[in-house]
Amino acid sequence: MSAQGKTVDNGCDPVIEAELDAVDRRIVIATQDGLPLVRRPYHAVARDLGLEPEDVIARMRRLLDAGVIRRIGVVPNHYALGYRANGMSVWDVPDERVQDLGRRVGSLPFVSHCYHRPRHLPDWPYNLFAMVHGRDRVTVEGGVDAIARLLGDDARGHRVLYSTRILKKTGLRLVA
Amino acid sequence: MTEFEKRLLDGYQRGFPLTPRPYAGIAEELGVDEAEVIATLRRLAAEGVVSRVGAVFEPLSVSASTLAAMAVPDDRLAEVAELVNGFAEVNHNYQREHSFNLWFVIIAADEDGVARVIDDIEERTGLEVLDLPMLEGYHLDLGFPLQWN
Repeated sequence: MSAQGKTVDNGCDPVIEAELDAVDRRIVIATQDGLPLVRRPYHAVARDLGLEPEDVIARMRRLLDAGVIRRIGVVPNHYALGYRANGMSVWDVPDERVQDLGRRVGSLPFVSHCYHRPRHLPDWPYNLFAMVHGRDRVTVEGGVDAIARLLGDDARGHRVLYSTRILKKTGLRLVA
Repeated sequence: MTEFEKRLLDGYQRGFPLTPRPYAGIAEELGVDEAEVIATLRRLAAEGVVSRVGAVFEPLSVSASTLAAMAVPDDRLAEVAELVNGFAEVNHNYQREHSFNLWFVIIAADEDGVARVIDDIEERTGLEVLDLPMLEGYHLDLGFPLQWN
């Protein structure tokens, strides 16, 4: 087995800590820009890597089961589809409540990412990040209002940082 | 955007078949030819509507990463953004409306690699880099339903 998903108890959520072997890493590197759009994409990857197609498929399935791969599928370019507004909402909530609140915020349909991150006092008091996507700012503001209602008095402060320019955007990139 | 294209974009953000002929599997479900699925995805990719078809990796499981922020004076923004973008370890870089106006993700093989990039950027710009690594995630990126106009 190459991608053994170990569940580590870090005191909060189980974190997947999978170990990739050299072949797994080669598969990650070979597929991080996407699978080829040909009839037998896994065969094409296997041929490039000198592997058997069944091995590529089995390893990718293991990586998926272990959580190393979140999903396999069509990755839309949301910006090209008209999702032009992208608000990074940041919240100052009590540390002892952040996990419970984060889970609830993260389950809102318009929140694409929700993370607990460290504060950086005094400049940066915010410890909960929720990315809100929408076609325009009005839609994003509606989402932020909904988060504010959900958090109630637990939100001691918040900001919404809209992106004004995408300066660089590539997928996850491992260097061989 | 045709109904078929919408179904491809909306219905297959996850669950792409791990079978020898995955596009044939999708074609069967949608009642079209395998060749039509491949040709449509190729076109949508060429048009930039589809970024790629493939795996979305969990960054923490294959590497170390952080979200970094910098407060860059306006007259230095272009220069600093170019310097930051020059690092292969930097993948997203957004300008945002805040005194911390440059936000980027650093991904490296391990935490030392991330720290080296931060140190290097600080040294070369003379500006502080806020290091905000994820402590816990509450939402897995499983794709999200698209709303069509």
